[in-house]
This record gives sequence, C-alpha cells and structure tokens, in this order.
Amino acid sequence: MGRIRLPRRPIILVLLPAMCALGAPPTPLRAESRVVILSTTTSTQDSGLLEVLVPTFEKQSGLTVKTISVGTGQALALAARGEADVTLAHAPALEKKYVEDGKMRNRRFVMYNDFVIIGPEDDPAKIKGMAKAVDALKRVAASGSRFVSRGDKSGTHVLEQGLWTQAGIEPGAPWYIESGQGMGATLGIANDRRAYTITDRGTYLAFGKRIALPVLVEKDRSLLNIYSVMEVNPANGPRVNAAGGKAFADFMLTPEVQAVIRTFGMDKYGQALFVPIAGKKDEDF
Amino acid sequence: MGLILDGVLQAFRLLLAGDPEVWRITLLSLQISATATLLALAVGIPGGTLLALTRFPGRGLVVSLVNTGMGLPPVVVGLFVTILLWRNGLLGALELLYTPSAMVLAQLVIAAPIVTGLTLAAVQQIPERFRLQLLALGASRVQMTWVLIKEARLPLLAALMAGFGGVISEVGASMMVGGNIKGATRVLTTATVLETGKGNFDVAIALSVILLAITFLVNWALTWIQQRRRA
Repeated sequence: MGRIRLPRRPIILVLLPAMCALGAPPTPLRAESRVVILSTTTSTQDSGLLEVLVPTFEKQSGLTVKTISVGTGQALALAARGEADVTLAHAPALEKKYVEDGKMRNRRFVMYNDFVIIGPEDDPAKIKGMAKAVDALKRVAASGSRFVSRGDKSGTHVLEQGLWTQAGIEPGAPWYIESGQGMGATLGIANDRRAYTITDRGTYLAFGKRIALPVLVEKDRSLLNIYSVMEVNPANGPRVNAAGGKAFADFMLTPEVQAVIRTFGMDKYGQALFVPIAGKKDEDF
Repeated sequence: MGLILDGVLQAFRLLLAGDPEVWRITLLSLQISATATLLALAVGIPGGTLLALTRFPGRGLVVSLVNTGMGLPPVVVGLFVTILLWRNGLLGALELLYTPSAMVLAQLVIAAPIVTGLTLAAVQQIPERFRLQLLALGASRVQMTWVLIKEARLPLLAALMAGFGGVISEVGASMMVGGNIKGATRVLTTATVLETGKGNFDVAIALSVILLAITFLVNWALTWIQQRRRA
C-alpha cells in the first residue's frame, strides 16, 4: 500500500478534457422528411455504383440518403417493417411476393447484369460450355463435386435455389457447402476448396486474378440478374418517407442515371458491369 | 506475405497522402469509441465502486450479471440496440439508427460492464483495514471513497484500456446500428469488412494496420500514465 498522495489530481480528470476535445460525434438534427433510407444489396455497394449515383441524387434533391447494404432477404424484410423508404434488390421471385403482399409498391426494372457458374479448371463435373445452368447443376450434383452456396437469402442465393428447384435436386452435405457470407467471402472459399459456385459477374471481375476458377457456364437466360427498385408502402410503419423513397426510385430511372449505368465499370474492368433497362417489363425477358 | 507488406506500405501511403476518406474514418472511430469509453467510465466507476463498498440482498446476482456483461457479444448488443432504435422500436422517435450516436450507445452497452466489473475488482482488493483506518482518521464517506478510487488508479486505468480496447475493435454492433454508411457511420472495423468483401485486400490490411496503430498509441499513452511513477 503506497502513500496517499492528496494533491495529485486523478488521472481521469486529466483525461476527461482530452477526450472531450475529440468531441462528441456530430448528430445533425434533421427533419425526418430530409432523410431517405435505401435498403439494398451488398453487390450494388461492392460494385461502387451507388457511390457514384447517391451523391448526385443528394445534390439534386437536397435529401440525405442512408444506404444500408445487406442481403436481398434482409433488405426486403427491413422495408416490409417500414425501416426503409425505398429498396433496390435483385430477387424477382421474392420481390413479387412482397408486392403481392402489399408491402412494396411500384416495382420497376432498373438494370441487369448476369450470373456465371465458375469452377475448377479441370472441371470434374464436365459442365464447361453447357447452355443451360440447370443442366450444369444437375451434373455437379450427380458427380458429387463440391459446390459453395451463399446460403444467406441474398439475391444470388435465391436465384441459385430457384435453379436447384428447377433441377429437382435437394442439395446437401457433403458436397454442398453453405458459406453464409457475402459474395466476396464465398468466392474466396470456392477458390480455396476448388469448388463450383454461382457469382454475379461484377464481383467476379472485381476479384480478378485472385480467383483461379474460370467461367464455365454463362449467357443462359436463367442467369440474368435483374435489379428492381421498389417503394415502401407507408402503411408498413409510422415514419416511412414515401415521398423521398419515390424521388429516389424515379431518379434511378431517369435517362441521365441510365446513361451512367450503361458505362459504369468500363474504365476499371474494360466492360460495363450493368445493362440499363428502365421501362422494360417481366414479359420482355 | 507480399500482400501484407503491400498493405502496410499502403497504410503509410494513405495516411501520408492525407486521403480524406481514410482520415475521416480513422477520426470517427476514435471519436465514437472515446466517447463511448468516457460514458462507460462515468457509469462504471461509480457503479463498480458502489458495488464494491455496499452489501445488499441480491448483490451476488448483480455482480454475476456485471461479470457476464464483461463478455457481451457485440453482435448481440448490436441486434438489440438496432431493434430498440428501429422506427417501430421503443426509441424509434429519436431517429438515432444509422447515426454515430447509435454506435456510441451500442459501444457504451459493451464497455460499461467491462469498466464496472474491473472497477469492482480494483476497489474490492483494497484491504478492509485500510478503509476502517480512513474512517477512524475522521474521513467522511465521500472522502474515503475518493481516496479508495485514487488508491485503485492503476487497475482503474487497466479498466479504461480494456473498455476502450473492447469498443474500438468491435465490428458487429457498429455494422448493425451504424449501417457502415460512407461519410457518416463508416469506421475502421466496418470499412475493413467492406474492403475485404470487395476483394481490396491491400486496403483492408492498410485499415487494419491503422486500427492496430491507434490502439497501440492510445494504450501506450495510458500505460505511460499508469507506470510513470513506478520506476
């Protein structure tokens, strides 16, 4: 037990001002209608497209956009609870269900890119060049080759599940691996395990040489990855900013934004990541 | 290995080149976690001292709860704070979700039990006789408590370091309640997750290196304060 030093100021008191100097984080007070919460999928954020579009929208509209990037399943679930104002997603089957349930309104196509099936160079399931994704998956299952699934209810996962259903196959252990993670992490696992997987082309291009799995199946119509924008029904919750949500949805379909989408990614990957399709309908595909 | 070296070099490049985004993320991390730690001290030091010096029915249970709280999983805290702050939630009217304030709140919930638990242990390890002696010398309760807290300052600084270390490094709660919004709630840990997901491993490593460096500098400063009169 040391001597008691009475005149010493407790350290905490010295630290207090130091920490206060760092300042409390800014929490701007704002009228609710100035903020739009956009719930969307990780792929739109990972591609960098929203980082280009959102600031333009904010400047034009004077609104602040909070982009929450989660799996498509969660993006729609949040919107259905009124925790978002507008949703940009890529899981048509799931989206239609939410529209039918009245949770989402005014679903409109924005753009598409495509999915590809990638896998090990030696291609144990012999699927290279097959025209139909469903047939390719049947062969993967029949050969018991490893396949990595997102397993996270993302748009990619929903599409993959649709293909298994069409193939009439209930995928499972030991060859079927669920990563439960985003596209990037899932690509890493597939690469490491020399496994097959389905990925959107944008993320695959972004990973470039780090993924040693070539594209084996592509350009099948069932591999189209269509992004739609939907407005949240204000009845979903007490504070839904319906006007702000609609403004963002409308913005995504303007000719200016569609033109940006048409060339986005060209400089970095040598090809555009998305094809704009404002005005198109389900019947067109 | 080359990748890690690249990342370390990238970290220096980003900081020295004054990349505004990286600086903003770094400063925001510090602001949020320092504020949360400060608030945790304001709650935890009085709380822990009170728990150490009083006896009441159910005290054992409270102490057990605090000690359990020291290991609260950030992702669980994040989930509950998110639900609390939802527009439909109990505190929805405050419109705090996806703001730095929400992240401070979540980190406070993580850090407060750590500070409380370590304060409790620090004050309690001071021998009972010392306390009685102080009272016998005519100290009031307030004076006695003050002296006890000062006597326990070394372990209390450890509590401060543990609290800060716990929150600056967590990602689960920050991701959920902050939303990792660029320019608003993106901090070092959530940015690291994002860049890893994008496949920008060099940037992710650079951010990790910055996070480690900050944690080291803060702890180094606190350790210096803690140890300077021991030599």
